[in-house]
Amino acid sequence: MSTVTAAQGLWTLAAEGPVDRIPTPVIEYAQLAPTLIVLGAAILGVLVEAFVPRKSRYYVQVFLAVAALASAFAAVVGLAAGGYGSTKAQVAAMGAIAVDGPALFLQGTILLASIVAVFTFAERRLDPEAHGSRVDSFAAQAASVPGSESEKAAVKAGFTTTEVYPLALFAVAGMLIFPAANDLLTLFIALEVFSLPLYLLCAVARRHRLMSQEAAVKYFLLGAFSSAFLLFGIALLYGYAGSVSYAVIADVVDGTVTKIDPALASTMGNDALLLIGGALILMGLLFKVGAVPFHMWTPDVYQGAPTPVTGFMAAATKVAAFGALLRLLYVVLPGLRWDWRPVMWGVAIVTMLAGAVIAVTQTDVKRLLAYSSIAHAGFILAGVIATSAEGVKSVLFYLGAYSFVTIGAFAVVTLVRDAGGEATHLSKWAGLGRRSPLTAAVFAVFLLAFAGIPLTSGFSGKFAVFKAAAESGAGALVVVGVISSAIAAFFYVRVIVLMFFSEPKADGPTVAVPSPLTMTTIAVGVAVTLVLGVAPQYFLELAGQASTFVR
Amino acid sequence: MENLIALLVAAPLLGAVVLLCGGRRLDKTGHWIGTLFAAVSFGVGVALFADMLGRGAEDRTLHQFLFSWIPVEGFQADIAFQLDQLSMTFVLLISGVGTLIHVYSIGYMEHDERRRRFFGYLNLFVAAMLLLVVADNYLLLYFGWEGVGLASYLLIGFWQHKPSAATAAKKAFLVNRVGDIGLSIAIMLMFTTFGTFAFGPVLGSVGAETSVAAAPVSEGTLTAIGLMLLLAACGKSAQVPLQSWLGDAMEGPTPVSALIHAATMVTAGVYLIVRSGAIFNGAPDAQLVVTVVGAVTLLFGAIVGCAKDDIKKALAGSTMSQIGYMILAAGLGPIGYVFAIMHLVTHGFFKAGLFLGAGSVMHGMNDEVDMRKYGGLRKYMPVTFVTFGLGYLAIIGFPGLSGFFSKDMIIEAAFAKGGTQGWILGGVTLLGAGITAFYMTRVMILTFFGEKRWQPTATGAVQQDGTTARAVSGHEPAASQHGSGEMPHPHESPKSMTVPMVVLAFGSVFAGGFFSIGDRFVNWLEPVTGYAHGSPPVSALTVTAATMVVLAAGVAIAWSMYGRRPVPVVAPRGSVLTRAARRDLYQDDFNHAVLVRGGEHLTRSLVYVDHSLVDGVVNGTAAGVGGLSGRLRKLQNGYARSYAVSMFGGTAILIAATLLMRAV
Repeated sequence: MSTVTAAQGLWTLAAEGPVDRIPTPVIEYAQLAPTLIVLGAAILGVLVEAFVPRKSRYYVQVFLAVAALASAFAAVVGLAAGGYGSTKAQVAAMGAIAVDGPALFLQGTILLASIVAVFTFAERRLDPEAHGSRVDSFAAQAASVPGSESEKAAVKAGFTTTEVYPLALFAVAGMLIFPAANDLLTLFIALEVFSLPLYLLCAVARRHRLMSQEAAVKYFLLGAFSSAFLLFGIALLYGYAGSVSYAVIADVVDGTVTKIDPALASTMGNDALLLIGGALILMGLLFKVGAVPFHMWTPDVYQGAPTPVTGFMAAATKVAAFGALLRLLYVVLPGLRWDWRPVMWGVAIVTMLAGAVIAVTQTDVKRLLAYSSIAHAGFILAGVIATSAEGVKSVLFYLGAYSFVTIGAFAVVTLVRDAGGEATHLSKWAGLGRRSPLTAAVFAVFLLAFAGIPLTSGFSGKFAVFKAAAESGAGALVVVGVISSAIAAFFYVRVIVLMFFSEPKADGPTVAVPSPLTMTTIAVGVAVTLVLGVAPQYFLELAGQASTFVR
Repeated sequence: MENLIALLVAAPLLGAVVLLCGGRRLDKTGHWIGTLFAAVSFGVGVALFADMLGRGAEDRTLHQFLFSWIPVEGFQADIAFQLDQLSMTFVLLISGVGTLIHVYSIGYMEHDERRRRFFGYLNLFVAAMLLLVVADNYLLLYFGWEGVGLASYLLIGFWQHKPSAATAAKKAFLVNRVGDIGLSIAIMLMFTTFGTFAFGPVLGSVGAETSVAAAPVSEGTLTAIGLMLLLAACGKSAQVPLQSWLGDAMEGPTPVSALIHAATMVTAGVYLIVRSGAIFNGAPDAQLVVTVVGAVTLLFGAIVGCAKDDIKKALAGSTMSQIGYMILAAGLGPIGYVFAIMHLVTHGFFKAGLFLGAGSVMHGMNDEVDMRKYGGLRKYMPVTFVTFGLGYLAIIGFPGLSGFFSKDMIIEAAFAKGGTQGWILGGVTLLGAGITAFYMTRVMILTFFGEKRWQPTATGAVQQDGTTARAVSGHEPAASQHGSGEMPHPHESPKSMTVPMVVLAFGSVFAGGFFSIGDRFVNWLEPVTGYAHGSPPVSALTVTAATMVVLAAGVAIAWSMYGRRPVPVVAPRGSVLTRAARRDLYQDDFNHAVLVRGGEHLTRSLVYVDHSLVDGVVNGTAAGVGGLSGRLRKLQNGYARSYAVSMFGGTAILIAATLLMRAV
């Protein structure tokens, strides 16, 4: 019954005006080009799966994905150069999508990170050839039961799951919309568009398939759970404001809209709806960024998912989710900041501390990086809480810096292998620096960046967010942040010590020689880490120029 | 002419570098090289002196700017020199006595296989000491001050195979550090007060109307600077309470004792106080403390000197006492500065001569230092006896000899201080003169007169370290070849040793008279240090007469105790005072009980705190984080349902907190 009532309400609203037919939506295709290119390529990728011969699918898909992501990035650069990031920032697609500085900056970051992540997807030289064909990190046939005859047959036939490329492209498209979404429904749809392909991607690991599938199911269940909260929050906010548009909700929060929708007369302006709805939406986004106590999926999923997917997910999802979080807090709920700031303080503190503390006793490198990503989510939250242009700038910079370190670090993890695939247990990394000094050194650079040691991007980013937080009066938060950094430094440096100052084990892992694809990913990661660490000013200014939201 | 000042320092410094870096190929010629560089320095000093005499009293100060050492905005430290009459006096004393002792060491250290290194250290000392006296600012002076400290440390511990020498070197170094801290604090105070530490601005602005300091410098600041300078002087010049290192420093080779620990380095404290006279003139309280320190040390050293049976330690006590005279005189202000320096110079002659004589005696007596085992040596070592005897007469102040003039002036000046203070200080100096006469007569009688009390060298000592010690210390190898238990065969020392002794004896005899006739020394130094004639409350003749009386009494008592009765070879137990004096008036026991024990307790408590508290907190934190981590980790149990509960609970808290914020 309630559904009918709501529908009638909507219908009533539409019929109320003098217009007697629904207007044709105005879509600014050029301004949405990045998203549309990626979506188009994803659909093409599905068609490729259907029509292109199996042998050449890999090449076609990789080419299509990289080309689409690169041209989408070019489109983002074009839009930014055209002033859409600053003077011509506006709301497009009938108010559904914002085209402004933060959106373009984050879309650019996501696209670049995705390109290097796709390179690791395409890596086929790490494992020995199986039955005469090269294999990548993904299951030969995801649908076959692990250990079954059908799986063996698929492996023997040299199948590969090339569907991962269109899936990744769909996820990227969702991520591009997520930080740009300018109404709650678009936000929700973008969330689902990028989440569902990620659930699938998590399930298709070639090794440890059961663990991979378990991770995918957990991620899916918990993701669905959080989506439900988010959706409920959207409903409550609609009840409060009579609209899902960010701008309208913000106006209602500010009290500048006095017109009461008669159908919602009993709920509009009810602060309880606003607060509970806001908190629920917040929870949905905090789940995606992996903040405590909504973080528990992170270690399991990061560990179970194919490592290239983990890197992609850890970097791009975080960028997209923080983008959406920023827009929600800065555009929709700035009038409510005295309500949400203390709560976010608590979340940030718990996230920083829990992430750092639990990481101390981890023994698996992927889980270690998962907890590290939780702690980093806490650091970024400190910048979010600043509620200043400086805060936006620092978060944008941090996200850019962090994503490349993360993808690079997970790419290194794919290289260290033994007979059972990747050797992720830390004990196997002992003495790696003696056997493969270059690999260990590169990983050490990433770890130092995670730890925030000067001359790495981690330091510049952490300094920026802490500075913004301190300037906004969140000194205590900064103190907790620095303490957490100190705790975190312990386990990062412990890995370095393990690699360089321990005796190698006799049956230790070998370091695979990757193709130029993974090498590129790692090299880009190191380069970005060092450039942003040594000369961060240009990029800080870029982030500063992109720090104004359109409303 | 002023460009030669740097050469004074550079020549011995170059010598030190050449000798210390030159390696074994210089072993044969090293002592000549070292002596040559010291002599060059002396030659330059004489040339500068001749030039200085040729100019009027007002133009005698020379300056040489070498380069800017630390050019920082608001902090200018230059390598620059200032040579005035005061510095000139020291330059001649240091390079002159220094050169003589280099010559003496050629003979004394003949058989030491590390002789080249010894001369390197001696050159280093001369360079540092000259730098100390020609520096034109306190920072550069501090550089030289530390340099002589280093050279002193290296030379006291020169025979480092002897644990006693190594310990003595360490002790001297540590005690000197205490004084050095005083100097560094004084320099810092000067910098904060005056904004500079160059002599000209600092000393010129004290009491002057146009001060470089923004406000007139308060007396309190000056007193603080003065006391810190005094602390420095106490360390370097072995004054109470930092006197304990000097006796042990006699572990070094005798030429070192003569040059560094009698004639020059230990007088650096006197130089510092006289040089900073302007500061002390503005701080009467600091001056009073200076005189008190001088008076106490004067008696302290003299009493210690009375009881020591080791000839060098007796002389060390005497040095302490004589420097006490100088410090006391320096504390008297303008009426005493000149006489402090005059006594310093004459003391440089006769004390160096006495030490060289002691070295010559030891040379002839198989390194024996116990005076109770000497006796009757005058027939065997005539040159040593005569030169030592002249030094003895000089130090006790026998009329007409150097010490008579300089010490008498100080006694008069002390009385002239006036009031009760004057009587007390005068009385102390007078009493000191009597004790000096006593202990020096004792040394003289025990060594050169009376029965032969020679003992065979202790067997064990020879077998254990006699060979090494003798081989290293450069004494008659014949004795060790003859095996253990050999009776000493006293003999006169070689020319290289006796000639410097003779030269110094000349100084001991005539310097005082030369300086005093026509007030030569007063006129010479007056432009630099200032001079005010002090009139004692009784006539100067009375003071002199009183001095003669106590002098005669001291000599007579010593004669009755040691000259008329046979001297036991083994020291009798002695009175309480004797025993106390033998143990340096318990100074080491005091230091040990208060400072060493206290320091050890402090260290132990700090270590305890570090282990239990600091490490405890650190390790505890680490363990706590680890434990917490392990516990929190268990929450991550792998069940999606638990994760969902966590999310649900988290959401509930989130909502509750948001609502609560609004309610608050």
